[in-house]
Amino acid sequence: MSEHTVQVPVAEAGVEGVWRRFVPSPRHALLLPLALVMLTPLAWMLMTSIQTPDEAMHFPPVLPSGIHWQNYTDALHAAPFGRFFFNTALVTGACVLGNLLLCSLAGYAFARLRFFGRDVVFVVILATLMVPFQVVMIPTFIIMKDLGLIDSLGALIVPNLVTPFGIFLMRQFFRTLPIDLEEAARIDGCSRLGTLFRVVLPLSGPALATLAVITFLYSWNDFLWPLIVIQSDSHMTLQLGLSTFQGAHATNWTLLMAGNVMAVLPMLLAFLLAQRQFVNSIAAVGVKG
Amino acid sequence: MRLVRSEHTAGWAFILPAVVLIVAFGLVPIVWALLLSFQSSDFVSPPKWVGLANYQALRHDPDFRAAIVRTLEYTAIFVPVVVLGGLGVAVLLNAKVRFISIYRTAFFVPVACSTVATAIIFNWLLEPTFGLVNWVLGWFSLGPYGFFQDPNQALFSVVLMTSWGWIGFNAIIYLAALQGIPGELLEAAEIDGASRFVTFWRVVWPLLGPATLLLVVWSSINALQVFDEIYVSTRGGPLQATTVVVYYLYEQAFRFFAAGYGAAIAYVLFVAILLLTLLQLWIGRRRVHYTS
Repeated sequence: MSEHTVQVPVAEAGVEGVWRRFVPSPRHALLLPLALVMLTPLAWMLMTSIQTPDEAMHFPPVLPSGIHWQNYTDALHAAPFGRFFFNTALVTGACVLGNLLLCSLAGYAFARLRFFGRDVVFVVILATLMVPFQVVMIPTFIIMKDLGLIDSLGALIVPNLVTPFGIFLMRQFFRTLPIDLEEAARIDGCSRLGTLFRVVLPLSGPALATLAVITFLYSWNDFLWPLIVIQSDSHMTLQLGLSTFQGAHATNWTLLMAGNVMAVLPMLLAFLLAQRQFVNSIAAVGVKG
Repeated sequence: MRLVRSEHTAGWAFILPAVVLIVAFGLVPIVWALLLSFQSSDFVSPPKWVGLANYQALRHDPDFRAAIVRTLEYTAIFVPVVVLGGLGVAVLLNAKVRFISIYRTAFFVPVACSTVATAIIFNWLLEPTFGLVNWVLGWFSLGPYGFFQDPNQALFSVVLMTSWGWIGFNAIIYLAALQGIPGELLEAAEIDGASRFVTFWRVVWPLLGPATLLLVVWSSINALQVFDEIYVSTRGGPLQATTVVVYYLYEQAFRFFAAGYGAAIAYVLFVAILLLTLLQLWIGRRRVHYTS
């Protein structure tokens, strides 16, 4: 047994290690052009956003002669991007916090407590996961109308404060934790809520991070629901504002790209700064979901 | 006995906020939508019970039928492209070569780009006269193409646009699955003299079965519900060439205010997604082997 596991990797690492140092892996021949293709749309957006309209509407394309910042100031005058950003941050923040709290509470109860109707309620919640959003959107719109929440940020927050998927995710995670610690805390006189907040949640960093990232991505990028319930500029999210902005300036490409850069930048920066967390969360959901 | 009762109370207290919200914005709308699909409603005047009339009208609605065909076409192209594309990218990224983290970032970063922003960028890239893509194709004496403005190319152009974001997403999941394959298995295959191709086909691909099944199901569900990019880039045109089911549903319900008709479309979509998913899982169960 030891012969194989020792010899083979050592020989391989030796030969390939030396080889790799001098000759680039043939993989680069595929990776480099493909990576450039993937990055081109974003690079092109950035480039057009600093061109003058004449440069952008030149064929064949030309490089920008300088940085034409005026596109950005024009875009900011044409649409309240600051307001869109603030609205999106508020809605997303509320949805992330709501999900972290409510999914933890419910997930913990489903994982650890025995109470009347638990399994039936859990199965019903899971079943709602299968229903596409398009089914619920028309009645939810009517409910929002009756509640007087149409064209308000409340309409974007309230229905998304909790998700069946989040409850499922947290329940599955809590079930993997050793129960001994919780029992010890209970014996020491800690309440159930105290046990959850002081013992269980501090151990649940990875699951909470996954839930936060997934809710953040979903909420920040949501488009169809805001499109239906929001009408006025002052309550638009970034995605809806951007789409409206595009509708109003359909072929003003330099202006559109400047607005697009401003709308995409926060999420791109968040992604670049916390790439590992984003990637792990998506992979975790993929593996478990 | 007291302890048990307190657990009932605590349990319900813990789930109550979530249950109230899920009932109000999940269960009630699901049932309501079903009832609505048997009614004629314009959101304002009181709804009228019409029985199966909405569904019968759908059966004879040529625009709806065309939307279904288009959605299936889109799904049939999109799913293989993003699943196989994601697999290819993941295999390429699963190596310890120099700059690999930069490559990963390059492939994953479109995931952070919203559907609306993606559509606006591709509107510009695929612009027929000044767009980058037609310029590049011109080097090879191809084109110029109309892309979103040509009814015969619009749907393919939509696939091109949506794949850009989804390949990275699928690659993340495939990469995680690839890295979960025990190294001993690959070494064993190498020792047995298996070529790279045989190792991939006989060892790696079967072990990726669960990930493949998940991504096929997930990508199909997403494809059947495609809307955002189409709304922003083509508004269902030109000549309805990209009016997919959800776009048609949106128009019926929120532009022509046919709430009952919209609800019926939504339920047809729901049943279609459910059936396709069950079919895929059924096929998957027989083909995919779960190791753990």
